[in-house]
Amino acid sequence: MRFFLALIASLCFCGAARAQLSIEITGAGAQRLPVAIVPFAGEGGLPAAISAIVRADLERSGLFRGIEVPPLVPPPTEASKVDYAEWRSRLADALVLGSVATRPDGRFEVRFKLHDVVKQADLSGVAFTLAKEQARFTAHRIADYVYEKLTGEKGVFSTKIAYVVKRGIRYELQIADADGANEQAMLVSNEPIISPAWSPDGRKIAYVSFQNKKPVVYVQDINLARQIPVANFKGSNSAPAWSPDGSKLAVALSREGASQLFLINADGSGVRRLANSSGIDTEPVFSPDGQSIYFTSDRGGSPQIYRMPAGGGDAQRVTFEGSYNVSPRISRDGKNLAYISRNNGKFQVALLDLATRQVQILTDSERDESPSFAPNGRMLLLATVIGGRGVLSAVSSDGRVKQRLSVSAGDVREPAWGPFIQ
Amino acid sequence: MRAIWIALPFAALAACSSTPSQDEQPPAGVEDRRPGAKPSAQPQPVKQPPVAAVDLTAGKRAALSALTDPASILSRRSIYYEFDKYDIKDEYKSLVEAHARYLRDNPRAKMLIQGNSDERGSREYNLALGQRRSEGVKRMLLLLGGKEDQVESVSLGEEKPKSEGHSEDAWTQNRRSDILYQGEY
Repeated sequence: MRFFLALIASLCFCGAARAQLSIEITGAGAQRLPVAIVPFAGEGGLPAAISAIVRADLERSGLFRGIEVPPLVPPPTEASKVDYAEWRSRLADALVLGSVATRPDGRFEVRFKLHDVVKQADLSGVAFTLAKEQARFTAHRIADYVYEKLTGEKGVFSTKIAYVVKRGIRYELQIADADGANEQAMLVSNEPIISPAWSPDGRKIAYVSFQNKKPVVYVQDINLARQIPVANFKGSNSAPAWSPDGSKLAVALSREGASQLFLINADGSGVRRLANSSGIDTEPVFSPDGQSIYFTSDRGGSPQIYRMPAGGGDAQRVTFEGSYNVSPRISRDGKNLAYISRNNGKFQVALLDLATRQVQILTDSERDESPSFAPNGRMLLLATVIGGRGVLSAVSSDGRVKQRLSVSAGDVREPAWGPFIQ
Repeated sequence: MRAIWIALPFAALAACSSTPSQDEQPPAGVEDRRPGAKPSAQPQPVKQPPVAAVDLTAGKRAALSALTDPASILSRRSIYYEFDKYDIKDEYKSLVEAHARYLRDNPRAKMLIQGNSDERGSREYNLALGQRRSEGVKRMLLLLGGKEDQVESVSLGEEKPKSEGHSEDAWTQNRRSDILYQGEY
């Protein structure tokens, strides 16, 4: 009843996938763990080769190196007895074996087992039942499992990312798998789209669209073509940020002149002001415990990052180095703050350890924007410009691993890394 | 259903606002910018009779052409800024003064000010910066005799660059507020 469907001539929703993101690895960790992922017996029956996707995922993390495995006869499965000495001689530290079987109901069953070759230990495995279309997703789940067993932190291969592509005069809000596959347009418009933000459950995205000739904040279910305008006041409505429980959004509104921070319920009701400043306040983001809001403000004369209680109250300045620090993002464990810092005319991603106050500049590019933490905090996705074109880049939180994600004939910008899939 | 759901918190906020509620005034822009689009719960402002062609006196016609006459200062519509700044530089003050005079002399004239920024830095901060720029022009116009309901300030941030380039030159052109009169936007 209270939803409305905006259908304007210049606006359409379509699921048609176009040239998807391609990922190029431009830097890797100093030490990469060699892992052998043997082609799963019977995986040819699936539309995507599980073992190849698992290997590509692990390699993309920059922490693993896939080992070439010659065709083995008969193909080993998760049930095979492992000759650890032989795999050790192939220089594998870890080994993944698996198989794919067709079930009587037409679905598939994928089983796999992970081995620590060095310790000669079976690290156990999992079995998945899946429809044909879930082959890629299942492979990402396996990669997550392997990653977690070997590194001790959760993998993010089964998560999704959102971003905006500008092709000519068209703006597309896209979501895709973390490896760039399965690109799907949520919104296509001839007016700008900025600031996508995932709801904590990963089911919705809040974003700012200029489709009505001015910035308005909408919320849209990722599986539906229904936009809900949640902040559409006089002036600009922008910078949506979800509270950790998904019940509220912090937004920047210019209804009373300059951009100021407000809190609204996720359905757009109950707007109330969070802070009062004489200058610009924008880009709010909640701390993971929901107690604080980090935001950008020029109240001190230059744009800097501040923190205040989520219920409103006095703000404390967080960044001090440099005259331009914007776009705060907080890691899921609440320990690190990523932001964009201007250094010698270059806009780069900085990472501040909130406990030690140490700042590290993670990139060496000229025009970085919109950093976004992977849910495990290990990588950051960001927008940058290479050769005059907007591309996405990913960098590990230690600055070592680097990737570039681009689309042909288009500018990519405004990335947002989605949460863990429950 | 929807109108009430969105209009209620809105009306409540307007009621406790300390400034004379801007939200109740008809917006100067081309569109209704209030939430819920057509809130039936709120009275519509009394419509001014449309200005018919016969109403155009010679004087009005002259005033209108002054807006586009290259010899008139009123044909100058852009105010440029330094990086990350929103103060109006002295060289643009006479321009803003002239437009304020025009608003004073033509009480029915309506104006939209669009604030813009260059492409560097955060899109959201640039949106806020563009708003600050257009708001600054609006404030000066009101101080000099323009009326609140004549002027609306909006921001396009870095999203609608006049110059598509990536040079210092392009950035200089894009850090800008533009003045548009009704009929021009």
